[in-house]
Amino acid sequence: MSLRESWFIARARHRFAMTPECALLLPGVCAALADPRQPCSDDTCLEKLLDWFRVLTRFDPTVNLVQDNPCLTELITSVLALPEPSPSILSFTLRLAGILAASETRFQHLQQEQLLLRLFGRDGPLNSALWEDASVRSGWVAGVHSMVHHQPALRFLCNGGGIDVIFTLQGDPSLFVASAASQLLVHVLTFSVESETTKPLSTTDCDWPACAQMIIKHIEDSLQSSSASHIEQSLKLLTGLFDSCRAMWTKVLWLCIAKQIKSFLTEETVQAQHMLANLLLKMAWSPVFSDTEGSFWALVTSALEHLTPVQAGPLAVGVLRLYKCPQDVRMQALTVLLQPMDCILRAASQPLEYAGLLDESVSDPTTVESLLSSKSSCASLLCQTLAHLEQLLSLIHLHVDLPYASLLRSLMAILQFCNGFLSPASPLGSTISRILINCLRVQKSALDVLAALSERKGCDALIGSLFDVLLAYLESPNTSPTVLKKAFQATSKWLVRLQGPSCSNSQRQQTEKILEDVFLVLQKRLCSPSWEVRDSSLEFLTVLIKYLRDQDEFRQSLLSSEVPRLTENLLEDPESYVRASAVTAVGHLAFITYFAPESPVVGSQYNKENTVAKLQEILSTDSEGFPRRAVINIFTKWLRQGCTGQLEDTEQFVSRVIQIVEHDLDWEVRLGGLELVEVFCSKTICQLGHPTCPYAPVLSTVTSSIHQNESLQIFCRAKLFGFLFRSLCDCDKPLGQRACDILLCLKSNFYPFGTVEDSQGIEDSPPGPSIAWLQRTLRQGSLAQNFPTEGGNGVDFQDPESMMLALGTVGLEDLHDELNRCSDHVEKSPQSLLRDILATVGTVEENEADCY
Amino acid sequence: MKLYCLSGHPTLPCNVLKFKSTTIMLDCGLDMTSTLNFLPLPLVQSPRLSKLPGWVLKDGSTFLDKELKECSGHVFVDSVPEFCLPETELLDLSTVDVILISNYHCMMALPYITEYTGFTGTVYATEPTVQIGRLLMEELVNSIERVPKAQSASMWKNKEVQRLLPAPLKDAVEVSMWRKCYTMPEVNAALSKIQLVGYSQKIELFGAVQVTPLSSGYALGSSNWIIQSHYEKVSYVSGSSLLTTHPQPMDQASLKNSDVLILTGLTQIPTANPDGMVGEFCSNLAMTVRNGGNVLVPCYPSGVIYDLLECLYQYIDSAGLSNVPFYFISPVANSSLEFSQIFAEWLCHNKQTKVYLPEPPFPHAELIQTNKLKHYPSIHGDFSNDFKQPCVVFTGHPSLRFGDVVHFMELWGKSSLNTVIFTEPDFSYLDALAPYQPLAMKCVYCPIDTRLNFIQVSKLLKEVQPLHVVCPEQYTQPPPTQSHRTDLMIDCQPPPMSYRRAEVLTLPYKRRYEKIEIMPELADSLVPLEIKPGISLATVSAVLHTKDNKHVLQLPPKPPQPPTSKKRKRVSDDVPECKPLKPLLSGSIPVDQFVQTLEKHGFSDVKVEDTAKGHIVLLQEAETLIQIEEDSTHIICDNDEPLRVKLRDLVLKFLQKF
Repeated sequence: MSLRESWFIARARHRFAMTPECALLLPGVCAALADPRQPCSDDTCLEKLLDWFRVLTRFDPTVNLVQDNPCLTELITSVLALPEPSPSILSFTLRLAGILAASETRFQHLQQEQLLLRLFGRDGPLNSALWEDASVRSGWVAGVHSMVHHQPALRFLCNGGGIDVIFTLQGDPSLFVASAASQLLVHVLTFSVESETTKPLSTTDCDWPACAQMIIKHIEDSLQSSSASHIEQSLKLLTGLFDSCRAMWTKVLWLCIAKQIKSFLTEETVQAQHMLANLLLKMAWSPVFSDTEGSFWALVTSALEHLTPVQAGPLAVGVLRLYKCPQDVRMQALTVLLQPMDCILRAASQPLEYAGLLDESVSDPTTVESLLSSKSSCASLLCQTLAHLEQLLSLIHLHVDLPYASLLRSLMAILQFCNGFLSPASPLGSTISRILINCLRVQKSALDVLAALSERKGCDALIGSLFDVLLAYLESPNTSPTVLKKAFQATSKWLVRLQGPSCSNSQRQQTEKILEDVFLVLQKRLCSPSWEVRDSSLEFLTVLIKYLRDQDEFRQSLLSSEVPRLTENLLEDPESYVRASAVTAVGHLAFITYFAPESPVVGSQYNKENTVAKLQEILSTDSEGFPRRAVINIFTKWLRQGCTGQLEDTEQFVSRVIQIVEHDLDWEVRLGGLELVEVFCSKTICQLGHPTCPYAPVLSTVTSSIHQNESLQIFCRAKLFGFLFRSLCDCDKPLGQRACDILLCLKSNFYPFGTVEDSQGIEDSPPGPSIAWLQRTLRQGSLAQNFPTEGGNGVDFQDPESMMLALGTVGLEDLHDELNRCSDHVEKSPQSLLRDILATVGTVEENEADCY
Repeated sequence: MKLYCLSGHPTLPCNVLKFKSTTIMLDCGLDMTSTLNFLPLPLVQSPRLSKLPGWVLKDGSTFLDKELKECSGHVFVDSVPEFCLPETELLDLSTVDVILISNYHCMMALPYITEYTGFTGTVYATEPTVQIGRLLMEELVNSIERVPKAQSASMWKNKEVQRLLPAPLKDAVEVSMWRKCYTMPEVNAALSKIQLVGYSQKIELFGAVQVTPLSSGYALGSSNWIIQSHYEKVSYVSGSSLLTTHPQPMDQASLKNSDVLILTGLTQIPTANPDGMVGEFCSNLAMTVRNGGNVLVPCYPSGVIYDLLECLYQYIDSAGLSNVPFYFISPVANSSLEFSQIFAEWLCHNKQTKVYLPEPPFPHAELIQTNKLKHYPSIHGDFSNDFKQPCVVFTGHPSLRFGDVVHFMELWGKSSLNTVIFTEPDFSYLDALAPYQPLAMKCVYCPIDTRLNFIQVSKLLKEVQPLHVVCPEQYTQPPPTQSHRTDLMIDCQPPPMSYRRAEVLTLPYKRRYEKIEIMPELADSLVPLEIKPGISLATVSAVLHTKDNKHVLQLPPKPPQPPTSKKRKRVSDDVPECKPLKPLLSGSIPVDQFVQTLEKHGFSDVKVEDTAKGHIVLLQEAETLIQIEEDSTHIICDNDEPLRVKLRDLVLKFLQKF
């Protein structure tokens, strides 16, 4: 162990050691827990207690904990002595004992006390009536899992017949217990192999340690048995093993069972196929099997061929995400994913109209066709395939080329099947069309993939027909609001793509036509009686403006439509979500209308000033929080983008907004106000050219101090400081933190590095009653109180000198630390937990700690 | 059981069911699509319409130019609009016993049937159906009568002439049967034949069948009908809806176990979901009004308009349309709005509960109170003083051929700011608009049809499981314009039987049982004899008395007393003469024992032969044969009656009597 490591451990041990206060409380707690007359503590408390013991024992393998606190062993003894302990206490005891026995010394100590055998051995709860309770079995498994971290524990388990118990628990009726048992076996097997083998294992010289031998034998036997549940358990175990352990010996193990597993793919009698995909996927991720030479990949290929499309789908998508994988396996995986899409395309189009996605010679479509023609499987197969394709398309680096154009055609066919717009050209097509009509799940999944596809190249020839499909969805009154939202998302993505730089004349005309149609339908949707539709329409508009506001065609189409006027109307919508979205949309619209150089606003009921006034009115009078939050966010956005300068005096604007928001009841609005202040401060400082601003010219110290002075005066005039200092004491902590950050930032501006020390003179001179009051108030206020009413004690927040002094003298750094400390640091402490347990059993009269 | 199909229109049905000696007409719908071939009737002289050129044949003949006018490539009859009646020749309609009406849209042909065919029966309908049906008829008569036409075109109907006309006139069916609108006295006479019924009320028809109306969920008072006897059940489903709009929900459970289910009146626009269409309606309305345009909604004075007004009530404030006036113009507007509020028991549960609160069931009352919705009997009078634009006008008729809507089409058609929104699904909106072309105003088609769609039908059929389904042929194939939509047809097993206009269907159901009552005194006299465990038999001798399709077994009359006087009673003439009853025999004759018995009684030369059906016992000396078979025994001997009687008695010893 290096010096640094031992130092770290020593520090950790010290940090997480038991405090004397806790040591005093612990016996009482243990006694209470073991007392059957006391009401059982709630499970959360017991869990927290176990967490604490885990922390206590993690860095301290010594026996001290149990020796110094005999109450712990007494607790175990007394629980064991109880004729009928409650299952939750027994489970707790099992897990506690496991945690304690995780180190060899403490294990020995507990062994000497004869406790472990009575807990985990044949004579323990294992053979009592309490074993019927799943929580007891779960405690037993958890206890053993914690304990088996050293040889004596492993021997204790293997020699005492514990392994057989775990084998049985694999098939436990409680899924939690069964899964924990499976994980425990993985742990025991790994631990046994890694701690007990002296030389590397190989297929020729395969001398498994005794415990591992038992487990491997069990796996082999189960795999060969005719019981589906046994096979399933072993496959689960192997899946867990290959997922968590990447050591070379796993390959040796694999070679012992590979043949058996291969047979599952082809044997119809064994229903284990559904487990195989997951197993193979976990193996594929393990570097042990990534060797392209091995027979493993042949097995994967065979699985992709033999499993049903639904079973093989997750394996296929997993394989395609792998970095190291033979190309032919990738192609096979791709075939699995594309086959349903291919089938759709063939069913939808005339023979020979389009080449399918796949070469017919490599794929046999009969299975997929039969799945797609069945009402029960069609939608689920398609949704799964589409979800997988979306996953693939979201990858930046795809190691295979997807036939994007055909994929798009197939997606369009699905969408048209779903809205009944496609006359199928084949009997299969008629069947699929009948099943898919009005299927919302498939529509949503297909639109997701369509959106993801917009980022891929090679579909330009289909743009016209693609927008026909999308517009049909946007226009149709039968489109459900959720599908409409997805259709909007896909449309916006494709519109953004359309506006690429390399546009020919004809493409431009096409784009103009599409935009015209889109705004026509948007116009109608903005008047929809369903608020969800109005809301998603506004969000759609905002996204479009965000990405396309620099494009001439877009601006022209938008401004020549009725959309801007209708959007402004929605600022008065009765639904608050819609008002909020309208605020955001109008805010973005302003970038094109009022803030654009040419500003060609036509026919709007609002002009620039009216819009600002309208938004300010919403900020001060709207009864709901969402629209007000939206307004403050838009104002901040405007300020950040430098648009407010054209409005009027930015300073006055900010000042007015701050006065509106500082008394807002919604903390997020106030937080938005602080954000606005932050942007304003940095903009002002930047504009006035303080040297800390990287883009500003370097100025001499003299000019710098003048500018400091100027910016300070601006901030004072804008009444920033009152808001900032008051926010320090805000009952919602994020505001205090944010205000403190801003003030610290201002301090560093006005007192550049080292100048506070230089200006000790300021601190030495008495700060005056008002600043002293501020300091005092802040010290108290940061704990609980709210800031008293303005100017109550003569602090003039608009006086630059006082504020300069305040920045220098108020201990902002300490405040910062205090605000950032977790508010429940007191309540989270182990003392508090112990007291809490004692309180619930009524042994402590005075309960000082507040536990929430 | 036979079904006579008198109408080819699937949502305006008129069928006659012959079932157990009753003749029941199911609905009496009037196909008004024929009016689309006529020019509109303008309330105010329309220079445009009066200047339309007469139609000239290809060869230049102008003999039809007074009757037919041409407008934007379409030819219209310049005459009073006429309607296509249900088939009247298929069976003698005077034999119809009753007419069952399912909703107010399906009774518009009633005066033609009750007043012109010698009909003497009764019509059954619910109260809202009658009241609202009367309003619809009143509006129809009023709209047509107030614009008298000087001429009446008939030349074009001549078969030879019709052949020369352009489509669709050329293809119009049975134009010779088209009739002008009825008059108010005829309406009143027809309605006086209606007897009001309530949901689930059982009505006996001549003791043969029982008919019961059930709520169908489509309109105020709309019903489906159950027609049943003791052993047969026919359900008539017409215009039903599962959506939660204003009427009472549909009663599906009572339709279970039908032998035959006649299914008509499904949605006419299966691809349009009513919710989406209402959204579309509101969006287009708001968009037009915000742009300063007027909105025209051609509609019936009752039905969907209530739901539309309710949606608008919720929508107008949110859409900032509070200041836009809504006008409802119809001669029956006031009655329609008021009637809807008083039919509490026919409304959905939600609205029923409002009756007990100090608020009316429909919110249009509030719209009227707050002056947002104003109603007028016609465009003349008060309306012209109050009229402000932009506004929204609801008025009839949806065919755009008569009613106040004609005026607004002429008034607003020239401006692209205005919009006409079609909500009624009964007429093709393009055909309706044809005589107004070229038209600048925007047209939006949002048909709102709340009747069952095919998915709902398939669920309904799975639920109620009728043995046979009978429906119009249109429902057994995809719509002609969307032949790939195989989901838009009825899919059930066995496949439905389809009918078309003027067809007679023999329904595939055979009657097998009839219920007969036994009088208590007669039942008392029966003595059942157990012949097998669990099966007892008794002979019944009684008189079968049949009256009003009810069958009763009564005690037979006592044997006639010797006449006390010489006068014979008249009553005894009717009673069949009653002979003493012979007992019925059962059991089988064991041949061996029978032979032994014969021998005991002195027949020594008994021979037995086996035959295919039994045995022959031969008494050689007496030259007598006894033929014993499973269900008969014959004694054949030559004129020796004492011997036959003796042998008969021996045979009877082996049989049970009761």
